[in-house]
Formats: sequence, structure tokens, C-alpha cells
Amino acid sequence: MSGYSQLLLGATAIEDKLQDGVPETIATLNKAKIKIWVLTGDKQETAVNIAYACNIFEDEMDGMFIVEGKNDETIRQELRDKMKPEALLESDPVNIYLTTKPQMSFRLPEEVPNGNYGLIINGCSLAYALEGNLELELLRTACMCKGVICCRMTPLQKAQVVELVKRYKKVVTLAIGDGANDVSMIKAAHIGVGISGQEGMQAMLNSDYAFSQFHYLQRLLLVHGRWSYNRMCKFLSYFFYKNFAFTLVHFWYAFFSGFSAQTVYDTWFITFYNLVYTCLPVLGLSLFDQDVNETWSLRFPELYDPGQHNLYFNKKEFVKCLMHGIYSSFVLFFIPMGTIYNSVRKDGKEISDYQSFSLIVQTALLWVVTMQIALDTTYWTIISHIFTWGSLGFYFCILFFLYSDGLCLMFPNVFQFLGVARNTLNLPQIWLSIVLSVVLCILPVIGYQFLKPLFWPANVDKIMDRIHQCTRPLLPLPKRTKLKHASTRRSAYAFSHKQGFGALITSGKTMKSKTFIISHLNCCIKSPNSCSWFSPV
Amino acid sequence: MTWSAAARGAHQPDNTAFTQQRLPAWQPLLSASIALPLFFCAGLAFIGLGLGLFYSSNGIKELEYDYTGTAGTGGCSACALADRGRAPPPPCSCAWHFSLAELFPGPVYLYYELTNFYQNNRRYSVSRDDAQLSGLPSALRHPANECAPYQRRASGLPIAPCGAIANSLFNDSFSLWHRRRAGGPYVEVPLDRTGIAWWTDCHVKFRNPPLVNGSLALAFHGTAPPPNWPRPVYALSPDPNNTGFVNQDFVVWMRTAALPTFRKLYARIRQGNYSAGLPRGSYVVNITYNYPVRAFGGRKLVVLSNISWMGGKNPFLGIAYLAVGSLCILVGFVMLVVYIRYQDQNDEDEDEE
Repeated sequence: MSGYSQLLLGATAIEDKLQDGVPETIATLNKAKIKIWVLTGDKQETAVNIAYACNIFEDEMDGMFIVEGKNDETIRQELRDKMKPEALLESDPVNIYLTTKPQMSFRLPEEVPNGNYGLIINGCSLAYALEGNLELELLRTACMCKGVICCRMTPLQKAQVVELVKRYKKVVTLAIGDGANDVSMIKAAHIGVGISGQEGMQAMLNSDYAFSQFHYLQRLLLVHGRWSYNRMCKFLSYFFYKNFAFTLVHFWYAFFSGFSAQTVYDTWFITFYNLVYTCLPVLGLSLFDQDVNETWSLRFPELYDPGQHNLYFNKKEFVKCLMHGIYSSFVLFFIPMGTIYNSVRKDGKEISDYQSFSLIVQTALLWVVTMQIALDTTYWTIISHIFTWGSLGFYFCILFFLYSDGLCLMFPNVFQFLGVARNTLNLPQIWLSIVLSVVLCILPVIGYQFLKPLFWPANVDKIMDRIHQCTRPLLPLPKRTKLKHASTRRSAYAFSHKQGFGALITSGKTMKSKTFIISHLNCCIKSPNSCSWFSPV
Repeated sequence: MTWSAAARGAHQPDNTAFTQQRLPAWQPLLSASIALPLFFCAGLAFIGLGLGLFYSSNGIKELEYDYTGTAGTGGCSACALADRGRAPPPPCSCAWHFSLAELFPGPVYLYYELTNFYQNNRRYSVSRDDAQLSGLPSALRHPANECAPYQRRASGLPIAPCGAIANSLFNDSFSLWHRRRAGGPYVEVPLDRTGIAWWTDCHVKFRNPPLVNGSLALAFHGTAPPPNWPRPVYALSPDPNNTGFVNQDFVVWMRTAALPTFRKLYARIRQGNYSAGLPRGSYVVNITYNYPVRAFGGRKLVVLSNISWMGGKNPFLGIAYLAVGSLCILVGFVMLVVYIRYQDQNDEDEDEE
């Protein structure tokens, strides 16, 4: 039945516009090596047009996989269509896993494609591709593509795709959506982002982050996410270092105290060290520190790289913290020990007593860790200054209070260090030993920070150099190369003339529990009219 | 739900510099122009300081004599033989003879030094009662439990002062005699036994309990001295200002040392003819050998020393500063060379681009 001898009365159209800034956001995220997959319930034409409109697919891409098969073999063929020959060999790790199915969890190895490809798969084919052996093939092909469009997806399939990526790849997944049909995907991913908009509050209520515009995603990731990662790594490194330096002094002291577990420090210092003296500077670092400001973070998405590769705090960095802590504790013990060994004050009286030694080591330790956090802080707000130098000053205030006559005479057995601060801190040799300890602990760090970008440059170092110089001209935009296939006029509009995905739902292929399928079988038999939609499970 | 750009929404966060991470800040950068001069300046400053400290330490004169007597020779070996086992050895005296060719510039201090004596052992160092030592009447007859087993005598009397630190009080004594020329008489050098402990210790931390009827002995009625002490605490010295808990020898001993080898001040030599120092001549130190150290393999030394602005003779700081200064300059040169080569390579890369 065609439109012959019929009068066209009119046409209706529904426009679902893209939000502002979506293509630019996706281009920026691609530069940050974040892969974008589109999981939508829309039909294929709409989804492909949207993909072209927002830079997920480009006209210059080398090829396109379209997976439309209706059974396992066809889908497998389509997935392997443009793969390298080596991927089909027996020795390939993915094939080995598929044939032997070992018990331990398998991680899909990273593979580099030889061009930019795109994958389009619809919900019906996905229902076959997400089960059994095919899921790994699907994941493998999809991960080598620049952009993946999954269209006509049910909410459950969206969650299944996210879980597939999580299970076999060592990546962090973020799902962003705005409708109630995105809720399962948002909950399945590592990070769920809900966009508050026209479609109600469901996505927002189930998400970790919620905002109103898609283009805020680039600020979330490239500015705040990156800063948060840097701050967290700096915080962890510093915290481990200061506690190693603090604690390992007792290891060295054990050799000189008959291994009797005598502490080097005053018990009040041990109580207050992590609680009062060193907590505020590191809090200031974790709240305010920025390596580059937000404009540069957005301008250079490549700065996102260290977070993706876990460069700033991993086992190697932890071992470096440990080594630095051991070295610092060595310096902090032996320099004061050498200073007071068989030595006296300038009026001949005692300086090599336990309480003076304790005070010298405490003060040297606090100066060293304060200088260390001063080196770590790259963004000095007024609050950072107050926290850092204020904590050090506060230490001296509390010191004189704890060692004062009044308090010590009120509680003689609790506060035993009467007069130590007054008698010891006015001696020049004490301050000389503290200066020596600080210099011995800090100058190697400065030397290392200076030499590391020269000997072992990381990708980010070059970008940071450019940012700091601010003189070089900006990179020109990449020229558009010759088109691989004729570009048709792309628009975000598409005509709706194919059947929807009701067939997929009623087929029962997307249902999880078998009992539901069986019950559906029963009710299907009862209504013969709809049996034509049913395909055998 | 519509959003309007002009009106402030209900959930819109504050747009201040503090909440939006836009606080003005100083962003220092570690560049070559900071790091390299820092290393060189630090190196030069440290070398200068190190030379000053080393020279100053070398100017201090020190004489010491190990009088444990274990070597089998020397005056005190007889006393060492008498010191066997744990029982307090019988009183014994020995002497150390030395002569000075020139003036030993003053003020001169006399120290005793012990080795292998772990005053910093944890169990030993908590064995004291500071409340009792601060003269609180309520604590005098109720020593703390940390003092055990030196808390009460077998007779049940509380020990004052309690604890292992007080019990192990050093009880050798020294006297210094000077003979200006051979054949002449020995003249005793006056040893000032006061002013050897910290002022805050003698006058604030350690106090005698309140006198009873003007007598210190009555104030300590109902307590017993520690087991190893020959005399009770109120009879430590004939000087009434220097007896009881505030006896300066006792106070010096109670300030426990940090390391197993330590020296403590015994007396100052600053009175009369000896205020400028020890003139030349021959001297003898008469030692009353009471303290048993052979049981734990320790040694006892007597030390005469003068001091400077940085204390006694201790070349450690001078040598350390010299070493660190030289290392800084060396590392600075290495860094400079590396940096220059990196700059050259960078320029080549730029030329190629």
C-alpha cells in the first residue's frame, strides 16, 4: 500500500535539541583520551545523526562497523569484519580465554587500532552479543573504536554494557543520563551523573553527581576531578612521609636505649603531633591546592593523563615515601645525637639529658615536616600561609605552655618537662643542629624535583613547561584531511518510519530471570494475536 | 523545571572566591634560577659556619682520665679489684696525677662520665615520683607505684626519694689538689659544688617538703632512704641550702641522660686564685671510689674541661657543616652541568622543529 492517489494533509515533527556546548565538550574529552559511548533508546538514524552532530563520529573516520545480525554467527562475523588476522589465531590471549575459560578474572589487554573506527549496534543484536562468548568479542571490537553507538537499547541493556566494560577492562566508567531509563546505567557505572532537565528527577536522585547541563561534565572531570586526584595523591604521600619520619626515629633510638622501647618524644608531643601540629597544613593543601588554574585545565585536556595512569600515587611512589621517611628519621636522630653527645651548655650545665634531646628532635621534626609541606604546596592562598606557619607558631606556644611552671607543678607526674624549653631553646648549637637537619632533609627533595623532569620527563611536564612559559603560540587546529567517504548532509533530524523495539521486549531476550520468561510464554500462548512477535528463546 | 540565567536558583552555590576556588594565591615555581643559587649559597654558608664551629671546638681544652681501673695499671686498679659483684664495695681511694705546662683557661668545669649506663632505659626512666620530689606533703609518704620495687622498704616505710633513678645516685667524690712547684705543698683547689644544676630544677621542680619545727629531718620523719644510700636524703650535704631534695648532686643525677655514655657536672672551679683557670703546675685528683660499674661493664671517667659559646668540645657540628657544605657545592655543580646540557639539547630540538 503506497501513497498513490492520496492527499498529503500535513506532517508532524518532534525536536529534541542537543544542549549547548555538547560537541565541544565531547571533543575536549576525546583529547583527554576519554572514550565516549552513546547508549540510547532512540532509533539508529537518530543516534547516528546525533553522533555526527556532536563529534563522536567524524566524517574523516576510516571505517564503520554496523552490527545488525540476528543470530550469533552473523554477529560474530560482523564484529570480526575488520579485525587483524592475528586476532583470529589460537595464540591470541582473548581466544585462549574464550576456549579455556580459566577461573581467575580476565582483563582485556589494551590494543591499538590502526585508524579511527566507529561501531553501531542496535538493541536486538546486542541481546545476542551480550551473552556467552560474544560479549568479549563485542568488547574487544568496541574498545578499539573511537566512538560506539548503541541504539534501541533497553534500560537493562544499558546497565549490562556498563557492567561488561567494568568486568573485563581496568578502567573507570562514568555514566551520564537524564531520564528514568538511564537510572540503571547510572547505578551500574563507577560514577553516575544525572542531568536535571526536562525529564524529571529520577536520574538526579540516583546519581553521584547531578548538574543541569551536559557541558558541565568537562569541568567536573578536567578541573575538579583532576584537582581532586592531585590533592589526594599529595595528601597521601605527605601523610605517609610525616608519619614514617616521626615513628622511625624510635627504631634508631632503640639501638641506644637498650632496646627497651623508650620513646624519643614527650608523650604530649606524640598525642598532639597528628592531631594539632600537622593537621591544618595538610588540610589546607587538600582543600586549596591547584597545579594549574581552571582555564589552563580546560585548555589542555592532556593534563588529565596522570590520573588515568595512576602516576602520582602507586606502589612505587609509596616506596619512595617510605625511603624518604627512613632517611629523614635517620637525619633527625643522628644530627641531634651528635650535637649533644658528651656535650654541655654554654654555662657548663647539662644538655645531653633525655628531656633536652627529646625537645631537640621534636622541634627538628616539626621544622622538617613543615618545610616539606611548604615545598609540596604549589598554590599559596592566605589560608595556606596561616595554616602552615600558624601551626608551627602554635607548636611553640603549646610547648611553652606545657613546659611552664604552673602546669607542671599542678600535675607533676603528668607534665614532667618543667623548664626544658626555656633552658634549651636559647642555645645556638641547638638551632644550628635544627638548621642542619632541615637542610639535610629538604635539599635532596629540591634536587630531585629539579632533576626529575630533566632525566625522566613525563608527558605532563612538557605541557606544564608551556603553560609556565606562556609564550609559545597555541597549536593550530588540525587540518581536516581528505574525506574517506562522501559526506551526506548530516542533521540531527531523522524520520521515524521503522518499527520500534517493542519486538525486542516481547521477545523476552532482555529479561533476566527465566521464571519471567516462562510466565510470559504462558500468557503469550493465551493471546494468539501477539504470537507473531514471539521468537523462540 | 526551567532555569533562568538571571534569577538565582534555589540550589545555586555561592559565587565567592572562596567557594569557587578562585582565591588569590602565590604560585612559586622551582626553576633553575632558584634551585641552583640555593645550593651554592647553602654550600658556601655551611662551609663558613663549619669552619667557625670546628675552629671554636678545637680551641676548647679537655683532660680526661678513665679511673675504672680495669686495665690493671694505674692508681685505681686496687679499687677495681675490690669492686666485685653486687655488694657495695668497701670504701677505697685512688688518685690521678697530671701536670699542666701552661694555664688551663677558665672557667674550668669538673665532670664525671659514665659509659654503658642506660639511664634512658624505659623501665628505669619512669621509676620516679615527681610529685614527691616537688615537695608535696601528700605525696611524700605515698610514693607512686612506678617506683616499685623501690617504693617501700622491707620495714614498710615509704622511701623518699623513691625509684630506681634515685637509688642509683652516683656517690664517688673528687677533690683537686695543686702543687705550684715540685717539692711544695699541695693546696686544695676550691670546688664550687653549687650552681651545677639547672636553675629551674633546683628552685622550681625540686622542692623540699615544708620544714617541721624548722628541721628538715623532722619533715622527712616516717620515710626511709633508698636501699643503696648510706645516709638519708636530708643529710646529703652539710650545707642546709643544698640538702634534701634540692641537693644539686641529686638534682643533676635525676636529670636522666639520653644516651648510654654521658657526663654530668660535678663542680665548677671559679673561686679565688683559680677564677682565671688552672695555672701551671702539677695536680692530683683524689677519688673516693664508691660507685660499682664493673658489674655491667661500664667505665668511669673524670673530665676537666672549659667551654665556649657552643658548649664543650664537640667537633661533630663543625665537621657535619663542612661535609654538608661541600656536598651541596658538589651537587650544585652537577646540577648546573646537567641543566646546561639539557638546555643545549632543548635548543637543538627547537632548531630542528
